[in-house]
Amino acid sequence: MRSLKLPAVSGFDEMIAPGGEVRPHYTSYHDWLLRQDRGLLQRKRKEAELQFHRVGITFNVYGEDSGTERLIPFDTLPRVIPASEWDLLERGAIQRVNALNLFLHDIYHDQNIIKAGRIPAEQIFGNSQYQPCMQDVDLHNQVYSHISGVDLIRDGEGDWYVLEDNLRTPSGVSYMIENRRMMMRLFPELFAEQTVAPVEHYPSLLLETLQQSASYSHPTVVLLTPGQFNSAYFEHAFLAQQMGIELVEGADLFVKDGYVYMRTTAGPQRVDVIYRRIDDDFLDPLAFRSDSMLGVPGLLSVYRQGNVVLANAVGTGVGDDKSIYPYVPDMIRFYLDEEPILNNVPTWQCRKPDDLKEVLAKLPELVVKEVHGAGGYGMLVGPAASQAEIEMFRDRLKADPENYIAQPTLSLSTCPIFVEEGIAPRHIDLRPFVLSGNETRVVPGGLTRVAMKSGSLVVNSSQGGGTKDTWVLEGGEEGAC
Amino acid sequence: MLSRTASDLYWLSRYFERAENTARMLDVVWNLSLIRFAVDTQAEMAAPLAITGTADHYGSRYGKITIQNLLFFFTLDADSPASIYSCLRQARASAHAVRGKITSEMWESVNSTWLELKEIRQTGLQAYGETAFFEWVKNRSHLFRGATYGTLMRSDTFRFLRLGTFIERADNTARILDVKHRDGQNQPNTTLDYYRWHALLRSVGAYEAFREMFSETINGERVAELLILRPEVPRSLLSCLQMLCELLPAIEGNAGLEAKRLAAVQLARLQYGDMEHIIDIGLHDYLTDFLRRINELADTIQSEYLELV
Repeated sequence: MRSLKLPAVSGFDEMIAPGGEVRPHYTSYHDWLLRQDRGLLQRKRKEAELQFHRVGITFNVYGEDSGTERLIPFDTLPRVIPASEWDLLERGAIQRVNALNLFLHDIYHDQNIIKAGRIPAEQIFGNSQYQPCMQDVDLHNQVYSHISGVDLIRDGEGDWYVLEDNLRTPSGVSYMIENRRMMMRLFPELFAEQTVAPVEHYPSLLLETLQQSASYSHPTVVLLTPGQFNSAYFEHAFLAQQMGIELVEGADLFVKDGYVYMRTTAGPQRVDVIYRRIDDDFLDPLAFRSDSMLGVPGLLSVYRQGNVVLANAVGTGVGDDKSIYPYVPDMIRFYLDEEPILNNVPTWQCRKPDDLKEVLAKLPELVVKEVHGAGGYGMLVGPAASQAEIEMFRDRLKADPENYIAQPTLSLSTCPIFVEEGIAPRHIDLRPFVLSGNETRVVPGGLTRVAMKSGSLVVNSSQGGGTKDTWVLEGGEEGAC
Repeated sequence: MLSRTASDLYWLSRYFERAENTARMLDVVWNLSLIRFAVDTQAEMAAPLAITGTADHYGSRYGKITIQNLLFFFTLDADSPASIYSCLRQARASAHAVRGKITSEMWESVNSTWLELKEIRQTGLQAYGETAFFEWVKNRSHLFRGATYGTLMRSDTFRFLRLGTFIERADNTARILDVKHRDGQNQPNTTLDYYRWHALLRSVGAYEAFREMFSETINGERVAELLILRPEVPRSLLSCLQMLCELLPAIEGNAGLEAKRLAAVQLARLQYGDMEHIIDIGLHDYLTDFLRRINELADTIQSEYLELV
């Protein structure tokens, strides 16, 4: 491969600086890439696809015989982050999650932040994610979000922003690990050339975190899944196996005399910690949605007595809701007395009349999101939308302003990916996974999601987005040397 | 272990074993269909339907028995619960549910089996080759068993998998033997009879064992002895019961009292049984009784371990 033809991009590219030179932390990889023949990446991509199919790392599990199990597109070019930059991201993510945990404890106890006038009371108590049943429930270590995903992007200038927090059941960490395994299998020589921070110990850190969520030692930990038809089932099974814990479904658990038990071949066995990958609404048909077949009747009452730990806690959704998001920098100042290391994307809260007016005035330039939305559904990307779509959102905003926030359309940085025509830049984001136990930790890197279509800003796998391996280079700015 | 997990493991290996035994059985039918004798081939070909108890289902779908329809019904027919395709689909679904419990090599062997099977289905049985397909099924089963033996920790996971294998195998061996015996009854010592017993031995991979153990012409009584009472033959009823009696007490906890008792009783019946006694009763009646007992054991395992309330 003699040269890489990179289409000119406006905005920030992770590999190529505006002048056309390769960024220092990519030089080693770039040199290697130039030495490879044209067919190599094509062959390696085929091999990766074959392997992912064989291992069954699939998404959106089957509905029909023909096999609608899909692979999440995997790109073989790594996303590289230099150590110094990672240091900032790590500190920023930890700071943010610590503040959010303090916030959750506060609103379910003394509500000092409301008393201090930093967040309007109606923003909390009027929020559908606020769970009154959690009021005054004491949690071990006061941790609510044991596992958090902090979605990061960088704009045209290369500045980092937090796009959103995920404090309910963030997923994708299995792809972080499997992508790394795949890269080591496909390109072992690359890992000999430079020091890439390892990520495969994530499951053992996760297990430690879950064990530390109980107030006593050697708790029995299980992972609660909605079952094999859930789109993230692969991840549930993967993590349970890596941690050596039981993968249970709601029907495997029952409540008796104030404790939770699982049905085993040797009789009932007590369960102390449940890493649940089921939303609050489906956890307990007696307390939440009565039509839920996924949960465990009576679970909430055991939980409130402190006889079982749920990770994450019930009611964390009020912390990652898009209507609460604008207040996070202020939370960091309020609880930690620190300045935020990572910035929020500037956000208009449409419930405020002035903000709404501004949003309506420049709707075609903005991104509009539902406050409770997730997964890239129910949003408007102004610059990419048709006139009709914009007018539809204009009507919706006017009818129900409380339900929306708006943000400037950030370009998102790009990173080269392998496509049919060669190598071309695509927009990406980054989700590091933050674990809160006795201390708060992050595995270096995270999941880099890629918008596979040229120009697209939507990276969600439910919308056809892909992933790539994320390398945090150890040992200084150059990394490779 | 979770009861649901144990159940998936048990059924994973039962369905895989059933797929293998179906391939073995069809291999015989296919080979016999190529040997032209002046016999009632309809009755010959009806044997697999009798073994699996699917004659009515087949009849309602295909009517007349032809070798091509019969083979399709038992191999790649997605709507036939007795087909190898259906068995491997079930095995794969169970494996999928417990993929975190089995080793990745085991899961990959089940999953790639399923993916290849779907391709073979596109190709079609005739194009792929009948014998090649039966060998492929047996090889995939060997591969899965090999991956299990070679990589899986010896825990209850292993035991419930093996439990499913031997329940299914005991059932299948008894059925194959029962049908062949009834067929052969009327024409002892004919050339055709010889070929039938020969084919049956081959189908369970016991031809070499017969040659080594008995220096006499292949005949029904000896084959029955081999497949019922001989501990050296891994598909014999006695071998299956020995394994079941080894596995059940090793399972952790104190559940399964009745299952252990039933298995031990049946083991004693085989261990201290002899051919004369079996012939006195009549092979068919003996095997019918055995099938009733093994199914009672299977039901008890189901209720004592796998469906804990």
